[in-house]
Amino acid sequence: MTTREWSIAAIRNDIVSGAVSAVEICRSTLDRIQAVGPALNAFNLVDADRALASASAIDRERAAGAELGPLAGVPVAVKDNMCVRGMRTTASSRILDRFVPPYDATVVARLEAAGAVIVGKTNCDEFAMGSSNENSAFGPVRNPWATDRTPGGSSGGAAAAVAARCVPLSLGSDTGGSIRQPAAFCGVTGLKPSYGRVSRYGLLAFASSLDQIGPITGTVAETALALAVIAGPDPRDSTSSRDPVPDYAAALTGDIDGIRIGVPRNFVSDGVEAGVRRAFDASLATLQSAGATLVDVELPHARSAIPVYYLVCTAEASSNLARYDGVKYGYRAATAPDESLTRMYRRTRDEGFGAEVKRRIMLGTYVLSAGYYDAFYLKAQQVRTLLRRDYDAAFEVVDAVATPTTPTAAFRLGEKTGDPLQMYLADVFTVSAPLAGLPAISIPCGFAGSDGSADRLPVGLHLTGRFLDEPTLLRVADAYQRLTDWHTQAPVLG
Amino acid sequence: MSVTLTIAEVQRIAVLAHLELTEDEQRMFARQLGEILAYAEQVQSVDTSGVPATAHVHVPEGTEREDEPRPSLSVADAVANAPDAAAEAGLFRVPRVIG
Repeated sequence: MTTREWSIAAIRNDIVSGAVSAVEICRSTLDRIQAVGPALNAFNLVDADRALASASAIDRERAAGAELGPLAGVPVAVKDNMCVRGMRTTASSRILDRFVPPYDATVVARLEAAGAVIVGKTNCDEFAMGSSNENSAFGPVRNPWATDRTPGGSSGGAAAAVAARCVPLSLGSDTGGSIRQPAAFCGVTGLKPSYGRVSRYGLLAFASSLDQIGPITGTVAETALALAVIAGPDPRDSTSSRDPVPDYAAALTGDIDGIRIGVPRNFVSDGVEAGVRRAFDASLATLQSAGATLVDVELPHARSAIPVYYLVCTAEASSNLARYDGVKYGYRAATAPDESLTRMYRRTRDEGFGAEVKRRIMLGTYVLSAGYYDAFYLKAQQVRTLLRRDYDAAFEVVDAVATPTTPTAAFRLGEKTGDPLQMYLADVFTVSAPLAGLPAISIPCGFAGSDGSADRLPVGLHLTGRFLDEPTLLRVADAYQRLTDWHTQAPVLG
Repeated sequence: MSVTLTIAEVQRIAVLAHLELTEDEQRMFARQLGEILAYAEQVQSVDTSGVPATAHVHVPEGTEREDEPRPSLSVADAVANAPDAAAEAGLFRVPRVIG
């Protein structure tokens, strides 16, 4: 049951065999985006002319008898915080609303070299800061399963676009859960690779020790294909891993006999909605039926992961976002002739950034300032070390750690916007993996109501693996999808 | 340590962060940042004696290279996104800095 009606492999095979042209695939993709995209507000930009020109180039290559790349003719959407040369890239921020990058992100160059056709840029929380996609200067994205609910964030548009069958592959970025949480809310597969596995060159930086780009797809098999294309060392990112890229597709054997799955029972016992809990327990039983062994593990510092995450990421953000000053690119506030440079900076940033970005810059500036650095920032970095040690200990006895991706299914638009702390607490199960640099994936594992409603909302199973051991992580997740059909179910749209 | 932020503290941080906040924003951030920091204070109860800080989880070795000139952005591309550029001179224009 691993195939979906419209997969990356099926599209490529049909193009290679000549059953369909890349231009035909591209046109049907653009039609689909036009039909469902506006109601979901999933795209900040669709560049039909550029996409059709890329598709047409693939068709010419095929006609000339060239060997086609692994993503030949596959339509891809890119989160709007990654640079595509000549294509407006905004990070969903007013401060960059007219920025046109003069270069490609490494992931974009690799996708195009593999034959992918980039159709546009997806909506996200401003500078990837948010868990609901409501912090976008271009309005919220709507969840394809229930349009009065959030798609999650910050890669909300990227997840919604795959869930709504606009594209079979989108790229998201994940700092504290921004790929995995929207993947869970939208019923799709989302992978945050190990830190350094994928180059960050051309990703607009939010928190540089945590940020990582990863694929969002319908299935684990497609995620493996996409990861193989974007992973690998990059001389332009000194934090990219030099380790060779394994054969991810070959790791998907379906055999998880003897695999040990760790379950932090104490950690997942509180605050998890009943429907999410049922789906999670059932998913563990499915893995067990396939030969996996369940092992209780302790992650004593996982409960501190949210404060650690918000102290570390805001500190790094306050530094990274200092570059937006109205001089080199982006928005500049109108100034009177006698106003100072400093005042121009301050007004530009106040008018150009939204509330959540300003909140995080303020918080990060505070925890880095004299008198608070040791008590907050340094302390958070020390607890980060303890959290890493928790995972090191767990991975001595297990091969993967399982939790729900989120404590609840998708919440309603507007439900948490008035209370930033409540919004942060929703990230409880996703912030630990990036703090420890580990790979983690969310896959659909059922449906649940939420807050007492009768809505049928997707639930995500979250698996964390050893550093750079994406092969085992993908093998377990793929084995689960061979036994279930949650990932093949699609929302009914307008 | 309990965390409450005064308007004056919010203003001090805003100056450091180059943000000009409205009075409404100052009041909102004083309350919200106070709540978030009060929650984040729980890290202070964790025993971290002798524990090194993690600034970065993965630092590959051998990332240095010879310092050789390579092609880079043209001046025209570099100033193309500026809100106010003297493009012909290849310069960014900013408000007067020296009186």
